[in-house]
Amino acid sequence: MDSFAMVFAIFVLAAFVGFEVITKVPPTLHTPLMSGSNAISGIILIGAILSAGAQQTWLTAGLGFIAVVLATINVVGGFMVTNRMLEMFKRKD
Amino acid sequence: MSPGLVNIAYLVAASLFIFGLKGLSHPRTAVRGNLLGSLGMLLAIVITLLDQKIVGYGIILAGIVVGGGIGAVLAVRIQMTAMPQLVALFNGFGGLASILVTGAVLFEVIGLKGAAGAIPMNAQFSISTFASGFIGAITFWGSLVAFGKLQGLTNGGSVRYPGDQIVKVVLTIVILIFGYMLVQYPDSSIPYWLMVIVASVLGILVVIPIGGADMPVVVALLNSFSGLAAAAAGFVLFNSVLIIAGTLVGASGIILTLVMCKAMNRSLVNVLFGTFTVTEGGPSADEVYEGKVKSTSPEEVAMLLEGAKRVCIVPGYGMAAAQAQHAVRELFDLLEGNGTIVEFGVHPVAGRMPGHMNVLLAEADIPYERLKDMDEINPSFKQVDVTIVIGANDVVNPVARTDPDSPIAGMPILDVDYSKTVVIIKRSLSPGFAGIPNPLFAADNTLMLFGDGKKMVEDTVQCVKEELG
Repeated sequence: MDSFAMVFAIFVLAAFVGFEVITKVPPTLHTPLMSGSNAISGIILIGAILSAGAQQTWLTAGLGFIAVVLATINVVGGFMVTNRMLEMFKRKD
Repeated sequence: MSPGLVNIAYLVAASLFIFGLKGLSHPRTAVRGNLLGSLGMLLAIVITLLDQKIVGYGIILAGIVVGGGIGAVLAVRIQMTAMPQLVALFNGFGGLASILVTGAVLFEVIGLKGAAGAIPMNAQFSISTFASGFIGAITFWGSLVAFGKLQGLTNGGSVRYPGDQIVKVVLTIVILIFGYMLVQYPDSSIPYWLMVIVASVLGILVVIPIGGADMPVVVALLNSFSGLAAAAAGFVLFNSVLIIAGTLVGASGIILTLVMCKAMNRSLVNVLFGTFTVTEGGPSADEVYEGKVKSTSPEEVAMLLEGAKRVCIVPGYGMAAAQAQHAVRELFDLLEGNGTIVEFGVHPVAGRMPGHMNVLLAEADIPYERLKDMDEINPSFKQVDVTIVIGANDVVNPVARTDPDSPIAGMPILDVDYSKTVVIIKRSLSPGFAGIPNPLFAADNTLMLFGDGKKMVEDTVQCVKEELG
C-alpha cells in the first residue's frame, strides 16, 4: 500500500468511527458537542507549531505564529467553555 | 524522538479524542470525556514540540500564551445565550488557521524544492493544499458572516439579490481553475492565495442569504467544515492525528447538520441554495386570528397552573432573547413544590444552534432528565393539563401537520395543541421565520399571554406564589 492509500484509509476509518460515536450523543448535549469538537479541530495547532518553530523564512514563521494564536484560542477556549457547560449538566446528579 | 514513537503518541492522542467524544453520550460521563479530549490535545502538542524541525521556541510560546489568554477569557466570560456566536467564531478561527498552516507549508515546500526529507510536490500534495485552503476560506468567512448575524451586527435575516446563484457558480468555476493551476504549476504559491481570496468571497455569499431559524444548520455545517479543513491540512502534512481529529469533527458537524435539516423537513441543498418563499394564497393573518384570539393575564395562568397535575414548558428562541431561563426555573420549582409534574419539550431546531435551549435550561439548574426531545414528549401531550410556550412559533404550528400546501408542511412539530390548555407567551401575533400565521394562537384551548418572556414568567411566578399562599 503506498503512502497516500495509507492516509486515505485512516481518513475513511476515522469517518466511520466518528459517525458511530457521534450518533450516540443525545440532543441535550449537542451544544457542548459542537464546542468540544471545535476544541478538537484546534488540532491544526500542531501544524501551526511546526511552521512557526521551523522558521524557514520570516514569512512562514509569521504565518505559523498567527495560526498558533488562532488554533490555541480554539483549543483553550473550546475545552474550557465545554467544561463550563458540562458542569452545569452534571451538578443535577 | 524517533518517528515511530511520535506516531504512536499521535495514535494515543487520537484515541483519547475518540474516548472523549464517546463520553459525551451521557451527561454523567461528559465532563470526564471532555477532560480526556483535552489530555489528548496536550499529548499531541507536547510530542510536536519535541520535533527536530523546530529551531525556535520563543515564537511558539508567545503564540500559545496570547491565544490561550484570549481563549480562556472568552470561555469564562461568554454568556450562555451568546454560545451560538462563540461557536461560530471558533469555527472561523479553525478555518483561518488551516489556510495559514497550509500556505506556510506551501512556501516551505517550494523553498526546499525536493531537498531530502521534504514533502514531495506531487498532484496529491497540490490537491490536498487546494482542499485545505478552499474549505478553510469558506469556513472562515462563512463563520464571520454567521457571527455577525447572530451577534446582531449585520442583517440577521435572509439577504438575497437577483442572480445570486449564478455569481456563486461563476466563483466556483474560477476556484476550480485556480485549483487546476495549483496542480499544473506547483512551483508557485500564487494560485493558492488567489484561490483562497475567491473562496473567501464565495464563503460570504453562501452564508449571507441564510438567516433566522436556518442558522442552526449553518453553524453545524461550518463546524463540520472547520474539521474537514484540518483533515485536509493533515493530508498536506501527512500527519495522522490531524486527519483523524479533523475527520471526527467533520463527521460530528455533518451529523448535526442532517439532524437539523430533518427537524425542518428540508434538504441541505434547500437550506443553502433554496428560496424559502412565503407561499401565496394561504390564509391571511386576519382570517386566522379575527375575533378568535383570547388574551389572558398572569393571574389566570397562575390559577390554571395551580390546578394542573402535569405541565409542559416549550422554550423557543424568544426565551433565549428575553433571558427568561432563570424565571422559568423559579416557576419550575414552585410547581414541583406543589406536586405538579413539569417537563420541557425541546424541538431540535429551537434557538440558533443545536442544543441551544438545553444549555440555557441547564444553566438555570433544570435537571436534564426533565428536558425531553420531540419524539419523547409528543405522545404525552394529551395527558398534559397546561403547556406553556415561551417565544416559539413555527415549531408548534399545527399547519405543518394539517395543510400540505403550507411552506412548513411535513416539518416535525411539537404537538402542543393536543394538551388541555395551551398558554403562549409572546410579544405579539407576528409570524415566525416561515412568515405564516399560526392557527394555534386562535385555537379554542389556547390563551395568549402577550408581553416580554421574562417579565410574563416573573409575573406568573408572583401570582402562583400568592395563590399557594
